[in-house]
Amino acid sequence: MSELLARFRRFYGSHPLHLLTMVAGFSLAGYILFTFNPKALWNPHAWWQSIAVWLAAAVIFHDLALFPLYAVADRLLGIAARRQRRRRRGQLRVPGRNHVRIPTLASGLTLLMFWPGIVKQGSATYSAATGQNSAAVPRPLAVAHRGSVQRQRLWLRGPTCAGSPSCPRRHEPGGPRYRSIGRHPPTTARLHAAKDETAATGSHHDR
Amino acid sequence: MIITGLLSYMAYAPRFGQALPAHVGWLKLPTFDWPSRPAWLYRLTQGVHVGLGLVLVPVVIAKLWSVIPRLFIWPPARSIAQVLERISLVMLVGGILFEIATGLLFIQYDMIFWFPWHTAHYFGAWVFIAGFLIHIALKIPKMVRGLRSMSMRKVLRTNREDTRPEPHRPDGLVADDPVAATMSRRGVLALVGGSALGVAVLTAGQTIGGITRQTVLFLPRGRTHNDGPDDFPINKTAAAAGIDLAAIGAAWRLTLTGGSGPVLLDRAALAAMPQHTARLPIGCVQGWSTTQTWSGVRLADLAAAAGVRAPLSARVQSLQKIADNRIGDYSHAVLQANQVLDRDAMLALRVNGVDLSLDHGYPARVIVPALPGVHNTKWVSSIDFQAR
Repeated sequence: MSELLARFRRFYGSHPLHLLTMVAGFSLAGYILFTFNPKALWNPHAWWQSIAVWLAAAVIFHDLALFPLYAVADRLLGIAARRQRRRRRGQLRVPGRNHVRIPTLASGLTLLMFWPGIVKQGSATYSAATGQNSAAVPRPLAVAHRGSVQRQRLWLRGPTCAGSPSCPRRHEPGGPRYRSIGRHPPTTARLHAAKDETAATGSHHDR
Repeated sequence: MIITGLLSYMAYAPRFGQALPAHVGWLKLPTFDWPSRPAWLYRLTQGVHVGLGLVLVPVVIAKLWSVIPRLFIWPPARSIAQVLERISLVMLVGGILFEIATGLLFIQYDMIFWFPWHTAHYFGAWVFIAGFLIHIALKIPKMVRGLRSMSMRKVLRTNREDTRPEPHRPDGLVADDPVAATMSRRGVLALVGGSALGVAVLTAGQTIGGITRQTVLFLPRGRTHNDGPDDFPINKTAAAAGIDLAAIGAAWRLTLTGGSGPVLLDRAALAAMPQHTARLPIGCVQGWSTTQTWSGVRLADLAAAAGVRAPLSARVQSLQKIADNRIGDYSHAVLQANQVLDRDAMLALRVNGVDLSLDHGYPARVIVPALPGVHNTKWVSSIDFQAR
């Protein structure tokens, strides 16, 4: 029996239980591929947008370009720190290297994780989805842009005013009137008017 | 992460075919009706899913950093066993990085991918799970040995100068001729722990809310603009949903079906019905949540008004246009019986004492405790109650 086990080990390279684990794991992976449509990995219209291409590109870019680069940068940092130490003739309690490493890691992590928000990569999609187009809006709705904020800020004059004397326009002949909201920012006067309206009705919304 | 992810799938009620991806075979939890109590259930599970995922990013990076020397070993494998193990590592590492990348893009509305997001994130998770199961089955003994080889107290008391490499092993991670340590073990622990804590401070506020929301500097849900009664996040503006403003004006009617005939109610009629007020959280799949005071008509009362005594389910239809397929269409949602009949489940007309704003779903929206935010349908046009 132990002879058989030893032969198996020589052939396979590990214990039979290792093979059993592998078979179980790859069976699950096989079932995943069977359930999931693998065509989703490949975009026939733009090959470079395929998941498979992204994974391969990420592996090559990180392991063969980025990793050597930051490994070399860290080595250079080590050399610089050692030179500085020699000049000072003594051991520093905290190596200067870590004073550069840790802030770099912290800001690098922040940049990596929040990249879309920081470079506003998603905001183009977001803005496109949230307006800045020429939507037809009835009179009771006032729309304003604020220059510094990309997202459209929308104040809604509350429906509570319907029928009240402060809401006369709705009752004009021909039903509600529509106004086209252009790309241009409103004048300050219009913006204030919109704010006042919402303050009066107490129903307004931002964004 | 795995548990909360699979729970999130169940929260969308896959038995109505509305959880994404629709066809997952056996790759899900056993079917059960998502409870409507406690009201903060989805807020908790999804907040943990997104929050923990974010906090684990520095931990994953540190883990990969610690094993990267193995990546450059030549030849990469010496036996069949090692070849198989290497392939399983592609599933493990590729899977976790894919999940982190798609998750980070999604919560920041960066839809640069072309594939259906939920399908990719769900099956990517399963690829990771397969790799992870293989990995822990093989490595748990090694992990226990490694943890036992050095006492935590000793690690915490050892400074950089006294830090020595572990003994060299043929398949270990220690270099043949290691240089002196540039960082102590406790320093590495502090660095990784501190990074995780920093990420928590920057992100957890989107779920916890209140004053902590102000430290959410880089996520969309940290921004507030005014202190008005409807200054809380939304996941879709009326403009993005393509709401026709004429359709929600005086001409708007709520259509209730399922009984002997359709029942039409305008907003004044709804406001004249018994009003219910409840303070309920609303949580989004992107992890953020917020608690507000909603008031409107109980769904159970609407079912009764439609002539359906004990509904099996209710299909809520919105006026919003059918959306981009990459992130799913939520122009309608089916509610389970327990969700329709919950004492706080309602068709809200008002929030925090004012009428709903256009972006919050004026004229009326659904609010059900513990229901994923996007299924709390806004701009409701009709509700179809399924009778027994």
